[in-house]
Parts: sequence; structure tokens; C-alpha cells
Amino acid sequence: MNTLQRLPAGAGLMCPCNRLGLTVILLASALAVHAQAPADYLKSLDASARAAEPSFAGFSAQRGQVWFSSRHGTDWSCSTCHTGNPLTPGRHATTGRSIAPLAPAANPERLTDVAKIEKWFKRNCGDVLGRACTPVEKGDVVAYLTSLKQ
Amino acid sequence: MLNEHKRRWFDGIVWSLSLLFAAALVNTARAESHRFAVDNAAYRTECGSCHIAYPPALLDHGAWRAIMQGLDQHFGTDASVSESTRAELSAYLAGSSSRKHSSAPTLRISDTPWFRKEHSDIAPDSWKSPTVKGAANCEACHRQASAGDYSERSVHIPR
Repeated sequence: MNTLQRLPAGAGLMCPCNRLGLTVILLASALAVHAQAPADYLKSLDASARAAEPSFAGFSAQRGQVWFSSRHGTDWSCSTCHTGNPLTPGRHATTGRSIAPLAPAANPERLTDVAKIEKWFKRNCGDVLGRACTPVEKGDVVAYLTSLKQ
Repeated sequence: MLNEHKRRWFDGIVWSLSLLFAAALVNTARAESHRFAVDNAAYRTECGSCHIAYPPALLDHGAWRAIMQGLDQHFGTDASVSESTRAELSAYLAGSSSRKHSSAPTLRISDTPWFRKEHSDIAPDSWKSPTVKGAANCEACHRQASAGDYSERSVHIPR
């Protein structure tokens, strides 16, 4: 009989200190994923932009700001609902529903979940541009939003 | 003779109490008919971003099914969600929709006969005010709408 066989089944999981350690590790990794979300997302957009255009020289917050407030072939721009100052709350153009600020400096929940970012780019690019946004357009907007400070 | 008199009094009191009780029940039912449950977290988050999460009981099952099948073209905007979210929302709506089937099916709550009747006394200009914008904005007048309370008591029409 070896050592492992003598231990009661699930002994490791039953130890409270182990459970606490596991919780701390899970919490820390969840926070790290949150903190990393915009950076990792920008990295993947950067790779896509370079694949499409080898001379791509990086995202620009300034270009993102102009793009955010410009119309792109429809009646709406991003700023129609999100206002020209993403540090402040916006309002939906047709329903009047209040929209929390887009800039992470004003609303720390923003840009923390890549699936959520992609969901809203898919919807809103369709409404504002009538097509999907390019990786450069998305990266510029994310760069612009993360550059804003209170 | 005295007993007969007493019995009439007793009958009168029983009838009066019954009527009062019935009236109270009717009043409660009226008040409750303006309170709606919106008790699914995914529905509140996903459908409550662009507009208030409308009470599922305001449309029938067929209307909700049609809405969920056309989210990429949702009243002029793209409101698509992931397939797993769509399945969860559809199941919730199927179980919480109105049991009455509309004879003139519409996907727009503000086009239902019930909505039109309830809002028949609202002046056309009230809908157009900048703070209201239109019938989609329940909260503009129903101040407790986010809690499912659409009772007359909480209505305040902005001027």
C-alpha cells in the first residue's frame, strides 16, 4: 500500500487552507484577466492590422477621437449616443435610455470583457457604418477611450 | 320576532362585508395589473441596455419568438446576441409571455390594442417632447418602470 492509497479520498480538497489558497489564486487570475483585457485585445487587433497592412504604424488615440465623432455614411456617429465626451453618460438616440460612460477612467467596467467589446462593435459598427469595423478602426477607438482621464 | 330582526341585521352585515371584500379584491387586481415581473438577469442586462427591459407579459409567445429570430434587424438596429444567450432569453420569454394570443399580431408593444387603450388620454405632443422621445421610453413617465411598477401612482408626464 503506498502513501496515496492511505489518504482519505478528497483529502486535499477538504483542507480549508487549500481551499482558501485556491480561491485567492482564482480571484487573482480573474483580476489579472480583467486588467489585461484592453492590452491583450489591442495586441490581437494590432496583429490583424499588420497582417492586412504590413506598413501599419500603430493605433492612434487622436485618429480614434476624430473617427468617434464623425459620421460614416449613416445618420449616426458613435458620439450620437455616447456624446463627444465619453467620460460622461450618453443617451440612446431613439429610445432615450441612459448609457453609462464608455471611458474606463469614468466607468471601470468598460473594456474589461473582450466578448462584450466584440458584441458591441458588431452591433454598433453595423448601425453607424453599415458594415463591420476594421481592426484599425476598433484599435483607434479603444486607444482613444483608454487615453481619456478624468 | 326579536330573533328575526337580529337575523336580518346579521344578514345585512354579512352582505356589506362581502361587498367591501369584493371591492377590495377588484382594486387589488387593478393595482396589480400595472405591476410586471422582469425577473431574469440575462434578459435585464441584454435587453435592458438600449431600452428598458420591457415586461415579457406585454406580448404573446409568437411575437417574442419572431423578435428573437430577427435580432440582427431589431427595429432598425442590430441587437444580435450569442447563440447561447439567445437560447436563454428565448426560454425565459416563452415562459413569461402573455397567455392571450393577439388576433392582430404585432412586434411593437406600443402598437398593441392594450397599450393604445391604456395611453388613449395622452396628448400627442407629450410623446414628442425631447425628454420622452417616443413610446419606447417608458421610464420618461413611469418613474418606477425599472422596478416593474407601471401604476398610475408613479406616473409623472414631463412638460
